[in-house]
Amino acid sequence: MSLDPKIPAGPLDQKWTHFKNHAKLISPANKRKFKILIVGSGLAGGAAAATLGEQGFNIECFCYQDSPRRAHSIAAQGGINAAKNYQNDGDSVYRLFYDTIKGGDFRSREANVYRLAEVSTSIIDQCVAQGVPFAREYGGLLANRSFGGAQVSRTFYARGQTGQQLLLGTYQALSAQVAAGSVKMFPRTEMLDLVLVDGHAKGIVVRDMVTGEIRSHAGDAVLLCTGGYGNVFYLSTNAKGCNVSATYRAYKRGALFANPCYTQIHPTCIPVSGEYQSKLTLMSESLRNDGRVWAPKRKEDAGKLPQEIPEEARDYFLERKYPSYGNLAPRDISSRSAKEACDEGRGVGPGGLGVYLDFADSINRLTRPVIEERYSNLFEMYENITGENAYERPMRIYPAVHYTMGGLWVDYNLMSNIPGLHVLGEANFSDHGANRLGASALMQGLADGYFVIPYTIGEYLSTQFGKPRPQTTDAAFQQTEREVRGRVQQLLDIKGSRTVDSFHRELGLLIWDKCGMARDRAGLESAIQRIPQLREEFWKTVSVLGKGETFNQSLEKAGRVADFLEFGELMCRDALDREESCGGHFRTEYQTPDGEAVRDDANYHFVSAWRHEGDNVPPTRLKEPLAYEHVKLATRSYK
Amino acid sequence: MNFTLRVWRQNGPAEPGRFEEYPALDIPADASFLEMLDIVNEGLIHKGVEPVQFDHDCREGICGTCSLTIDGVPHGPGRGTTCQLYMRKFQDRDVITIEPFRAAPFPVVRDLAVDRRAFDRIIQSGGFISERTGSAPDANATPIPKPTADFAMDAAACIGCAACAAACPNSSAMLFVSAKIGHLGLLPQGIAEKNRRVLNLVRTMDEEGFGNCSNYYACEAVCPAGIPASFIARMNREYTAASVKEAIGATL
Amino acid sequence: MDLPLGKWLFSSLGKKLVVAITGIILVSFVVGHLLGNLTFFFGPDLINAYALKLHALGPLLWVIRLALLATVVLHIGFTMLVWKENQAARPQKYAVNAPIQTTIFARTMRLTGLIVLAFIAFHLAHFTLHLINPSYATLHTDLDGQQVHDVYRMVVLGFSNPFVSGFYILSLALVAFHLSHGIGSLFQTLGLSSQTLRPVYEATGRIVAWALFAGYAAIPVSVLFFGLGKGVRP
Repeated sequence: MSLDPKIPAGPLDQKWTHFKNHAKLISPANKRKFKILIVGSGLAGGAAAATLGEQGFNIECFCYQDSPRRAHSIAAQGGINAAKNYQNDGDSVYRLFYDTIKGGDFRSREANVYRLAEVSTSIIDQCVAQGVPFAREYGGLLANRSFGGAQVSRTFYARGQTGQQLLLGTYQALSAQVAAGSVKMFPRTEMLDLVLVDGHAKGIVVRDMVTGEIRSHAGDAVLLCTGGYGNVFYLSTNAKGCNVSATYRAYKRGALFANPCYTQIHPTCIPVSGEYQSKLTLMSESLRNDGRVWAPKRKEDAGKLPQEIPEEARDYFLERKYPSYGNLAPRDISSRSAKEACDEGRGVGPGGLGVYLDFADSINRLTRPVIEERYSNLFEMYENITGENAYERPMRIYPAVHYTMGGLWVDYNLMSNIPGLHVLGEANFSDHGANRLGASALMQGLADGYFVIPYTIGEYLSTQFGKPRPQTTDAAFQQTEREVRGRVQQLLDIKGSRTVDSFHRELGLLIWDKCGMARDRAGLESAIQRIPQLREEFWKTVSVLGKGETFNQSLEKAGRVADFLEFGELMCRDALDREESCGGHFRTEYQTPDGEAVRDDANYHFVSAWRHEGDNVPPTRLKEPLAYEHVKLATRSYK
Repeated sequence: MNFTLRVWRQNGPAEPGRFEEYPALDIPADASFLEMLDIVNEGLIHKGVEPVQFDHDCREGICGTCSLTIDGVPHGPGRGTTCQLYMRKFQDRDVITIEPFRAAPFPVVRDLAVDRRAFDRIIQSGGFISERTGSAPDANATPIPKPTADFAMDAAACIGCAACAAACPNSSAMLFVSAKIGHLGLLPQGIAEKNRRVLNLVRTMDEEGFGNCSNYYACEAVCPAGIPASFIARMNREYTAASVKEAIGATL
Repeated sequence: MDLPLGKWLFSSLGKKLVVAITGIILVSFVVGHLLGNLTFFFGPDLINAYALKLHALGPLLWVIRLALLATVVLHIGFTMLVWKENQAARPQKYAVNAPIQTTIFARTMRLTGLIVLAFIAFHLAHFTLHLINPSYATLHTDLDGQQVHDVYRMVVLGFSNPFVSGFYILSLALVAFHLSHGIGSLFQTLGLSSQTLRPVYEATGRIVAWALFAGYAAIPVSVLFFGLGKGVRP
């Protein structure tokens, strides 16, 4: 099977223009005839639903939350990048493109990333027109802040709630289309399977989470905008409901899963405080603009209060190791440096799993009101959770799983290898390579939803003219529904003694240990052994109380954890297969003597795309070589 | 820490509800309120009792999903969402009563989870700026004074959790509605639809069955986003102006 | 209602607007009434002359009376409409009743309002219609050679009864309670409030409310405790 990314011909900076000039258009009269199913209502899904609805398509949009306004895009704090160069500091589309490719450790697709950088400027225009209240200068023009992995200020922000404001913009645009009748919204509805008709994605099977009804929806194309799989770690900064089920079910129906081992560990999270902990809270990376990261130089100081450790006994390790980027070094590098300090016994706080993020210098330099203006909500959040005042003593931070760069394989048109199945936002793999730069997730979600899919979906739909839309009464739908019902019933029938959460916690801990910030062959192999056992235990001893025909959160969780129990193995297999260190994937066997990642471009400059071969059968790895026409591969250096 | 929970259990919207008492034992003070419920639920499952159903998602105070009324106060003591409430705020051996958000437009889905789609319908009736993707002028084409942008952001910070309506003895949704009207009405981009927006949003709010404002200000006291009730005054003003225009047949 | 005006007035915000505007009229009346009453402290001639002037308005007085009555009816009627809807919006009350932020003045608006209504009825029966003491109607005095109704003597006689005075003072306190929320709050309803102004309105509202109380209560207090107008015989 050959993977054709369908990258348009021509020079890098002309590809998207060229594509748009020659893209297949669908007339307004024909748009009305097509129905598109969109799963997920975050930045990618919401933006796609709003824009495609506005263009005249019939849209059905599904989300597991009680309202599309609650999608987890809302939690992104720091900002959104765009190559506007409003600061006149030398930014350009090319520079944003290059920073993103380099940040991704040269493991993303050139053409996609260039397009992302190109449309980034339109996103800001679009959002401002929607009423997103971005931060402004006194003159009334937009303000920017700098962010990790960049030497220019190109990040637009709305206090510490940029994701929220962008999502509300999307939600409002979506609401307008719901009112106009072009989008039908199905909240509290979870996709449980993908329906293929003659090899094309033509529908989904969903469960109404309120009534428990399992039913099908048929359409002419399916868009999965269902986010990432960070919750495979149990503890992550994702919302509790985030799950891999939609993309994993599609994988089991034949979609390729690309680079599942690329996960991002965010350096600035509030450290874990106990076993009961249900999630980790992120402190925006923007804090690193004004905070200095340090740990005590000597182990003996680790237990002391920060104020008892004199300046000369502090190790500002990011500034020391990466003088040119300092505290703004990319996420993977910063996270690993913090882990190293803790591994050396220099960690602070409970369990020694934390380093300091110190604002004292900035408060002295800029005054406290300026720092409050920038970060007050984050400081409040920190105080609420830890009971400590970060204006007076440094914050404690520790890395946590935050984002997953891997996802379903898609071509330039954002279509997977299954015709009709498109994947947008964090759910696809395309733009961030092995590591995502800060303030790029929002950019990608909105780019895919507002500015890419509306152009590229025509490539598929134009092949579907005159083909009748399948009915949910067709055999393919009935069969898939039966399978879904069977699986739900099976979960309810086990009536075991172990809770769903306990399985999830055990899986999460295992993945964090063996496939977290640092991985090695032995650990990955042991995880690949252990996960199937855990899965078997799950299907024998899990306890899911209640019925399928009611609102039943245990049942919802059980279905998701069952998928994580399979997906975790795929992730470890990918990590094992990739014998190099790149971005968020750090194999301890592949590092320089001073601990820097060693990439193997000769052997691994490709996208790993995994094909499901059957339950409990190892999947097959396919390759999409990353043919770089423009960027010269270089060792990523932030020194 | 140990607590006694009195929890509202209700099987469905049409079924009667009741309080059940559950002990919450050995709860770490650093646990969040929802983590405390997780621990209690794990215990219930082991006893073969269906766990308490409650809405939650991001658990970091921004998505607005969590919606518990704790001892009569939506989101419980302190400013912030339920998920950002930590058990150290309570005293050992406290009896804690947990109820769903109560308002006629928010029927109970099950136990502590309620249906807040009424808020979505309000936004659908005009809580947006009509703008076609791709048709926007350059983002810096219209300068917006920083204080105006900041003020709009104060209102835009609403997380749509509905605590305002749940806290109001009248189940009034004015704070939610006025925040959206304030956010969009303050920005130059939103001015074109200002009059229609305020008329439509207020009417939909009324049709959904929310109560009236008695200026109790309970809404602003529980608002996790700290939205001041002065936005309600703004809405009253805009609504009066728009209504007069409509009544005399002026263009809206 | 289909009329555009009806759509406005019967909306949630419109109804409150009606309550607020009628409230303003009633507060103005209460202020005017007090100014008239305070002539009591300047001796019988002034207050009797004031009463005479008022009655000389003839039909205009009736217009004012009916307008005030209509205002009261609208004020109460719209409040009841609002109240009914508010009840319907919260069919199931919380098991734990924890007043949030709300002041006692705000929480007791309906109660104080209704008691004040009863008081107004008594007050009218007492001093205007003379139903309680029909003899009040026959009190006459000489004002600049003219026989006029002796309002001064009626007030002194009325307030000499400790029960009557007590009821008046209590009722006036409830009026002040009502206005303590009402005055400050109506600026919010009218949309004239802001974060900066709200505390000013609320403080001013309370000061005005209790200043009115002090002004009104001064009369029964001075009659009952300080023997003002003691020379007056039944």
